[in-house]
Amino acid sequence: MSLENKNHQLLSKIATNDKHGENSPYFDGWKAYESNPFHPTKNPQGVIQMGLAENQLCFDLIEEWIRNNPKASICTPEGVNEFRHIANFQDYHGLPEFRNAVANFMSKVRGGRVRFDPDRILMSGGATGANELIMFCLADPGDAFLVPSPYYPAFVRDLCWRTGVQLIPVQCHSSNNFKITREALEEAHKKAQEENINVKGLIITNPSNPLGTTLEKDTLKSIVSFINENNIHLVCDEIYSGTVFNTPTYVSVAEVIQEMEECKKDLIHIIYSLSKDMGLPGFRVGLVYSYNDEVVNCGRKMSSFGLVSSQTQHFLAAMLSDDIFVDKFLEESSRRLRERREFFTKGLEKVNITCLPSNAGLFFWMNLRGLLKEKTFEGEMKLWRLIINEVKLNVSPGSAFNCSEPGWYRVCFANMDHETVEIALRRIRAFVNGREKGKTVEIKRWKSNLRLSFSSRRFDENVMSPHMMSPHSPMPHSPLVRAT
Amino acid sequence: MSLGSESYQLLSKIATNDQHGENSPYFDGWKAYEKNPFHPRKNPQGVIQMGLAENQLCFDLIEEWIKNNPKASICTPEGVCKFRDIANFQDYHGLPEFTSAMAKFMSKVRGGRVRFDPNRILMSGGATGANELIMFCLADPGDAFLVPTPYYPGFVRDLCWRTKVQLIPVHCDSSNNFKITREALEVAYKKAQENNINVKGLIITNPSNPLGTTLDKETLKSLITFINEKTIHLVCDEIYAATVFTSPSYVSVSEVVQEMKCNLDLIHVIYSLSKDLGFPGFRVGIVYSYNDQVVNCGRKMSSFGLVSSQTQYMLASMLSDEKFVDKFLLESSRRLLKRHDKFTKGLEEVEISRFPSNAGLFCWMNLKKLLKEETIEEELKLWHVIINEVKLNVSPGSSFNCSEVGWFRVCFANIDDETVEIALQRIRAFVGKETKKKIEVKRWQPNLSLSFTSTRFDENVLSPHNHIIISPHSPLVRAT
Repeated sequence: MSLENKNHQLLSKIATNDKHGENSPYFDGWKAYESNPFHPTKNPQGVIQMGLAENQLCFDLIEEWIRNNPKASICTPEGVNEFRHIANFQDYHGLPEFRNAVANFMSKVRGGRVRFDPDRILMSGGATGANELIMFCLADPGDAFLVPSPYYPAFVRDLCWRTGVQLIPVQCHSSNNFKITREALEEAHKKAQEENINVKGLIITNPSNPLGTTLEKDTLKSIVSFINENNIHLVCDEIYSGTVFNTPTYVSVAEVIQEMEECKKDLIHIIYSLSKDMGLPGFRVGLVYSYNDEVVNCGRKMSSFGLVSSQTQHFLAAMLSDDIFVDKFLEESSRRLRERREFFTKGLEKVNITCLPSNAGLFFWMNLRGLLKEKTFEGEMKLWRLIINEVKLNVSPGSAFNCSEPGWYRVCFANMDHETVEIALRRIRAFVNGREKGKTVEIKRWKSNLRLSFSSRRFDENVMSPHMMSPHSPMPHSPLVRAT
Repeated sequence: MSLGSESYQLLSKIATNDQHGENSPYFDGWKAYEKNPFHPRKNPQGVIQMGLAENQLCFDLIEEWIKNNPKASICTPEGVCKFRDIANFQDYHGLPEFTSAMAKFMSKVRGGRVRFDPNRILMSGGATGANELIMFCLADPGDAFLVPTPYYPGFVRDLCWRTKVQLIPVHCDSSNNFKITREALEVAYKKAQENNINVKGLIITNPSNPLGTTLDKETLKSLITFINEKTIHLVCDEIYAATVFTSPSYVSVSEVVQEMKCNLDLIHVIYSLSKDLGFPGFRVGIVYSYNDQVVNCGRKMSSFGLVSSQTQYMLASMLSDEKFVDKFLLESSRRLLKRHDKFTKGLEEVEISRFPSNAGLFCWMNLKKLLKEETIEEELKLWHVIINEVKLNVSPGSSFNCSEVGWFRVCFANIDDETVEIALQRIRAFVGKETKKKIEVKRWQPNLSLSFTSTRFDENVLSPHNHIIISPHSPLVRAT
């Protein structure tokens, strides 16, 4: 319509560009899932969602804690006397008990090897908001941040969209297990400088999304040296730090800088969240922890744009300061993640599908290079469409993560129950083995007594409720609708 | 430290400029309050906080509802079965029951005269986040928005800081009751154009902060005509919509666009539950746009400041309880009217004039006659006297960019009746109508302390963490 052109000028450039990242072909998998979502009883042939990095394995522990701790809520009879004070509290320093609890929790996640100062903790709107906030503090429009690939697709939206910052990938390769080498960093940095691009920092994700691996201490030290020498910032996205389920033990940047006296702490910043470690993405708990006083100061003012709801702060303050609960939760969560991952990867081994060895995360990095007809990204996308439409699994292709090599896929395993995992494995096995003409994939009939272990109400809500199919919410479960 | 200037280049320009607005002299009042906060028993001579536009009059109604509706919470035995679904829900469309309830609530606040489409409701981080979000959608760095004076000081941070949009004041003064005239708009617009500034829109606050008045329909219509003719946006901050306590009845922009030919793509409403319900802690900011592209883009942006699903869930339940909402809105208005009348009567008794208002959580007080000269310096001098001698923290008109000196905003809904009395006594004494003996602040009677939420004051005043925070109650620490 003729008004569209006018509209185009009516709105801002930010509003009319593509940097929100949602127009990538990556979206096709979501559309397939949306139009045909798996349900154990109602739609057993549907697409199984394995593209969402959610942690749903330990809700029972949290629910038990809630039942035993009514004062954590401002809505229980035991807690309502706090309602008005909490509802009225909008101080951007955050509830002191919340900051203390978060500092305590972050320390426990790192095995008590580091202490965090509650006064350096800033809130923001989920990890999404935290990522954006740190960019607003550190970089001007046009400035750049180096980012090792493969990386989380929505970094484009979080780090670049409204900030005007650009990302410069640092390519990593499977030949050395996607290690972030000094050479690769130097090369990317040099190239940027030759093009007159002002590099302000490096952002790493540790544990890695999508790789599921943790950085070894030497690599971290070399990274810290690199940024120190070049006087650029290091932003460490540690939102999966509590999902480490195996050796090697997690080493956080906070630990490393304790040992490197020469490191300029003003350059070090950590992004954290409770969306992955605790499985609470809806609560929008994004945190920025900076060793730089000016950043804390400025960032705190900025946090007004995305403070955590005081109701949620109050609740989490109680839960995360319960040391006994936290210790038990972290241990049990690791155990269940490890179990789940092993079950999955063992099942894949039976059909000779390998994954990158990993010790963390809510996903594994699956190697299907052997199945590609052409070893190109087109080949990867073709195979991906096959996986979605025939195998009926929504996984994420490596190209969405800016991976330098085709044939890798991220598969999430912590957002479904055990029976669904079995079904997914069966389908994969059938796909790899089969392709025999006439052999149909047999999906075991859902036994009615298994339904009890399945949170069917949730699926009912997600699958059957009218809002999901409404024209106004076409992608309620897309990774970008969530922050994934 | 030597790293200072190095640090300066290390950080962004945004991080090192002043546009967060917190370095204005406006802060002095907060420091005075912080050092010496009033407490009825523990510090009866302290500074009374009247610079915070908070609504604390109706928490009892809310608490009663909470006690009767345990299922609204995901943490009660009755509600915990919903915990995992809600904790896991991060869809930027919001919980459907939440957007539906908000749409219904917004409609009720406008007397049912307008309907809102839940699909046009976007969430953001409080009104602070909502204001910023709409700017990111509508304007590029360097673009400008017209804003009638006097206006909310936090607009500089919300609308300009990270967006790099600039504000162009449209001057209004008391000669015609601070009316936003067509002439004033044209003058401001023309001046911007002459300076090659690209004006993208006009932002109004209705009901007004700090005036406490609602716009009449004619004015609203003339504003809409103006923006239509220029093809610029109209952003209407309606966060005080439910604080209207007396006639004239509230007319929202949503009502007016129903009656006029208007390019709806230019109309956007900002809303929040911070003032109407008294929930600033819950960070419920709403952008409602009639422009599909803005809804689309804004929804993606809302990822930066979604409302906690735990809070969405509770509010969905509360706000869809029609009986409760009707009762609440009625009672809230009644109490605001009562409080307003009590306070303004007290001012009248000492011949302090104030701007007649029908909404808001504050009073726009005229102390011109107490100024030695009509200058901003004298206004700030008087302000310091009010803080340090009268021991009231009020907000000087200059911080709202008022074009006339001598006005002060005084908040009255964040304190209890007894504290209002004490504040009035202090004002009376100051203005000199009391006998010329030493100001005797009435001793706090022990049985009155039961009506006072002393726990809150204890927490705010006496807890050890206080020393870490410079000004936990500053208006910029909150969004005020």
